[in-house]
Amino acid sequence: MAATVAQTAGSEKNMLLRAELRRSERWGKLRAFALVLPLLLFLVITFVFPIGRMLFNAVHDDTLLTLMPRTTAALAAWDGNDLPGEQVFAALAKDLRDTWEQKTMGSVAVRMNYELPGTGSQFTSSARKASTLLTGPYKAALIQIDPLWERKEVWNFFKRGASPFTAYYLLRSVDYQYGADSQIVATPPETAIFRDAFLRTFGISVGVTAATFLLGFPVAYLLATLSPKSSNLLMILIVLPFWTSMLVRTVAWVVLLQQNGVVNQALVGLHIISHPADLIFTRFATIVAMTQIQLPVTLLPIYSVMKTIPPSHIRAARSLGAGSFYAFWRVYFPQTLPGIAAGCLLTFILCLGYYLTPALVGGPSDQMVGYFIANYTNKQINWGLASALSALLLVATLLLYYVFNKLVDVNRLKIG
Amino acid sequence: MRSSALSKKTLVIIGLVASTFVLTKPGAAADQITITSWGGALQRAESQAWFEPFSKTTGVAVNEDEYSGDAAKIQAMVETKSVTWDVVDGYSTWVNRLCDQGLLERIDWNKLGLNRSKFIDGDMYECGVPSVISSSVVAYDKDKLPDGPKTIADLFDTKKFPGKRGLEKTAAGNLEWALVADGVPVQDVYKVLNTPEGVDRAFKKLDTIKKDVIWWEAGAQPPQLLADGQVVMTAAYNGRIYDANKNSGKNFAIMWDAQLPGVGNVWVIPAGGPHLDDAYKFIAYAASPEVQGTLTKYIPYGPANKDAMEFVGGEVLPWLANAPEHMTNAIKTDTAFWNEKGDDLNQRFTAWLAQ
Amino acid sequence: MHHLADRRLVSSAYLGGSAQSDLTRRNKCSAGQAPALGITGMPGANDAFVKFSDVQKTYDGKTLVVKKLNLDIARGEFLTLLGPSGSGKTTTLMMLAGFEVPTQGRIFIDGRAIDNLPPHKRDIGMVFQNYALFPHMTVEENLAFPLKVRKRGKMEIKDRITRALDMVRLGDYGKRLPGQLSGGQQQRVALARALCFDPNLVLMDEPLGALDKQLRDQMQLEIRRIHKALGVTIVYVTHDQSEALTMSDRIAVFNDGLIHQLASPAGLYEQPQNAFVAQFVGDNNLLRGKVIDMDGASCTVEVSGMGNVHALVINAEAVGRPVLISLRPERVKLNPAPGSLPNTLNARVEELIYLGDHVRVRVSVGGHDLVIKLPNSDGVQVHEGAQLTIGWKTQDCRALDAG
Repeated sequence: MAATVAQTAGSEKNMLLRAELRRSERWGKLRAFALVLPLLLFLVITFVFPIGRMLFNAVHDDTLLTLMPRTTAALAAWDGNDLPGEQVFAALAKDLRDTWEQKTMGSVAVRMNYELPGTGSQFTSSARKASTLLTGPYKAALIQIDPLWERKEVWNFFKRGASPFTAYYLLRSVDYQYGADSQIVATPPETAIFRDAFLRTFGISVGVTAATFLLGFPVAYLLATLSPKSSNLLMILIVLPFWTSMLVRTVAWVVLLQQNGVVNQALVGLHIISHPADLIFTRFATIVAMTQIQLPVTLLPIYSVMKTIPPSHIRAARSLGAGSFYAFWRVYFPQTLPGIAAGCLLTFILCLGYYLTPALVGGPSDQMVGYFIANYTNKQINWGLASALSALLLVATLLLYYVFNKLVDVNRLKIG
Repeated sequence: MRSSALSKKTLVIIGLVASTFVLTKPGAAADQITITSWGGALQRAESQAWFEPFSKTTGVAVNEDEYSGDAAKIQAMVETKSVTWDVVDGYSTWVNRLCDQGLLERIDWNKLGLNRSKFIDGDMYECGVPSVISSSVVAYDKDKLPDGPKTIADLFDTKKFPGKRGLEKTAAGNLEWALVADGVPVQDVYKVLNTPEGVDRAFKKLDTIKKDVIWWEAGAQPPQLLADGQVVMTAAYNGRIYDANKNSGKNFAIMWDAQLPGVGNVWVIPAGGPHLDDAYKFIAYAASPEVQGTLTKYIPYGPANKDAMEFVGGEVLPWLANAPEHMTNAIKTDTAFWNEKGDDLNQRFTAWLAQ
Repeated sequence: MHHLADRRLVSSAYLGGSAQSDLTRRNKCSAGQAPALGITGMPGANDAFVKFSDVQKTYDGKTLVVKKLNLDIARGEFLTLLGPSGSGKTTTLMMLAGFEVPTQGRIFIDGRAIDNLPPHKRDIGMVFQNYALFPHMTVEENLAFPLKVRKRGKMEIKDRITRALDMVRLGDYGKRLPGQLSGGQQQRVALARALCFDPNLVLMDEPLGALDKQLRDQMQLEIRRIHKALGVTIVYVTHDQSEALTMSDRIAVFNDGLIHQLASPAGLYEQPQNAFVAQFVGDNNLLRGKVIDMDGASCTVEVSGMGNVHALVINAEAVGRPVLISLRPERVKLNPAPGSLPNTLNARVEELIYLGDHVRVRVSVGGHDLVIKLPNSDGVQVHEGAQLTIGWKTQDCRALDAG
């Protein structure tokens, strides 16, 4: 009996203790959360939200739904075979009048031009002329105003506009578009550029990553094995360019590689070539400049991993009978893999987003996806397409990262 | 007694200072506008010819901003209702498109107090006031190429003129030149370009020099490309070439054959700007005949206001695009054509470049 | 003995068949009575398995890290290089392994000069302080490494790995990564890896330095057991004198690039040849004095405040020269029978420190502190402040160089 009482008292005490522990832990947790809260908010506001909004832009476009509400609604019943009936044309006439009065026909025209190049100006002129068209029958009158309204692809375009979501931008960014009957067809070859652009982006990124790895690995090895005094100096030399802005470094390459630049003058002066070579505005220049900029990014993680590999490992391998290359290849190199993976992945992902450097030192056929995103954002003002390209690039990057993680055994790569 | 006299005087001074302060302060706060232009030689000239005198005569302070001629920022400003630019020196190719989207104020010519019919292309813009005539020309360095190109066909002749040539990274202008170089008379250029075959023909001609072209995007680049010897000849704005000769001691020459004169620059007011009245005040000032012509003192861009021609100085006349001897084989830029087909052709051009 | 040692791991009877070889070796490697500073190994020079001949090493061209090293190591011997850090012992080991090149002199293994032999051709197994196990390979892959390099057959490799793991009692750990093992287990794997390919020579560079005391003691015995079982030649580097005493056949005491004494553990402890060795190996009472009389093997030394002490002449040059007398704490007797010992002095107990198996008694004699170890066999009947007499034999008291 006494024992049971003691036991109960004990378990009560335990519960009390546990509650106490929870309370003290809760405080700790709250405090920890309060500490990361500003950063969390900052990330949500400056990163998650804008990117989410951007991704949303890639599939969301309610221009037609809001500016042509009657037409898009009336087309819901249209079978898509023959021309729509009078009722749809009446809705169209009213919408056209509205856009003319509210001066929004430009926005519809721009939207139309994306999918049906050249129809925008026809729409605008239709809107102008339809503003005086107050009574029916509208069908014949509108077709009279512009033969645009006889084209089935135009009606299908407006029918698709009934949904605030569109796949057009995503389709377009992989060189597909809607055909006359809303079926998905390939973009005509003279405007199909995005698949090539993505391939080029990946190709250049792979090339730059490989180049930084091949150049950076021996240097990292040297850094990791040299005496601290000389390695510090070498480290400064490597990191120094890191502290200069990317623009400055890129412009320096323009100076070096241009027609009468340092490199060409030297080559001609040494009689290696008789005429200045085309170095600037080429794929070569793009890869060279990007490699130079990315080199520290690849090198530093490799170096930091190499630093943690004790020199005794190579010695052990040598004493166990391995030649110097075999020891390096079988013992040292595998241990640097986490650094190689981190450095190369970092460089590869950063390369995917390059815009400035190819724009400045590359030719028109060396432009990467980043250039097209900027182009559609700033010059063509086609933000839907820019968003779709960005979204695709983001998804491709995440996918690659996922595949990379699957391929490389994470357990074996754990650093430290 | 002495001290009280002194303090009285002090009080008067304080009162005077205070009253000026009180009087001027609200005025200064209200009367200032932000004008955005293209930077470089053009904006320097505009500042001297227009912005500073405007400030002096009206008391409205002018803040200057620069942009690269892209409309995206205006669109972003208007759509987010955070317009800070009151007046923008806009570009003809996008003014009407933005106007149709309601992103620009419609110009009330009565409020402006100017005669719309006196402006070249004045009736073409609902939302803009034409500012100056500039021209895309072919320029070269006379020191390096004493016997320069004579016709636009020479731009496409890489045998006669081996080396790189600079072209603007845009469809407008290049397609016209390609057709003229391919034998289309200047007066027929837009007729041909209005057909799919004509467009194909233009691109085909451009194909012949595609690998010899360095594409530029900002007006300040061509003089630099010439100076660096990167190109043997380049498309350029005539004013920038004049400026390089005048201010950097270059000996650049302009080939006027098939030049593309036109109203490049158009004053626009982004919709919902904070100082609409002062924006009108400025445009009325800068577009008035006696003021608009003064720009030619600094850069050879002729006035779009026909009445302003009489105020143009003599020194700059040989560099003006609309000088009669330059107009013999000029292609008059068809803004209406580009308004209608610009989107389509630029998409095709972007794709062509990347291929 | 050679053929026996050569069979080692391949011999299935390696655990049992070593008693004889061990005995033989022990006899050969009996206490080295070599004169200090000029060292020759016990075995005849021609018989030496490893031979250092006038080896010098400098890194900077100014200071010699190893000065004129002559050292012979017998086949099957367990030789320890003992010394403080920076004494040249690790450099000596690295030269033997091939990771450092002697500035001067030559090194022979089995009569063959190895100056131009790269490390991987020397057939030396090596165990490092941080184990140097390859972290990306499993235990089995680590053990297979030297065998694969030597292009051994699959079956043989498997067989050897199994036996090597059994030898270090890690039979079930083959599939694990080194990171999943404890420090002691890792060291046993390192040991197995250094042995599994039957090297002629195994070098160990402070292999137990990273382990805690208990594990270290256990591993010392383990290594000793394996050495006995395999009969392999081991050169072992440590700065821990008790480790050296526990494991070695012979110990070379290094200081300042020189071998100060090369002897068996007992020889080293009982008969230190100079002040450094006396100080470095084991506890010692050291008294400064001056030789006032010499009589053959013994001498009389005047220690100020303490009077005359009779000591064995080891390193005392002549009458009138300063010397250092070394006296092991456990050789001092308390209250000896009067006249039974040549050195008898009055002392006062200053401090008692209880250490379980023995008691350390600090006494003061004429202004000098002496430490005495008393075995805790049947109680200690002294107390602090007590006056007593202490005494020791002449042969327990060695007159060495002044240090």
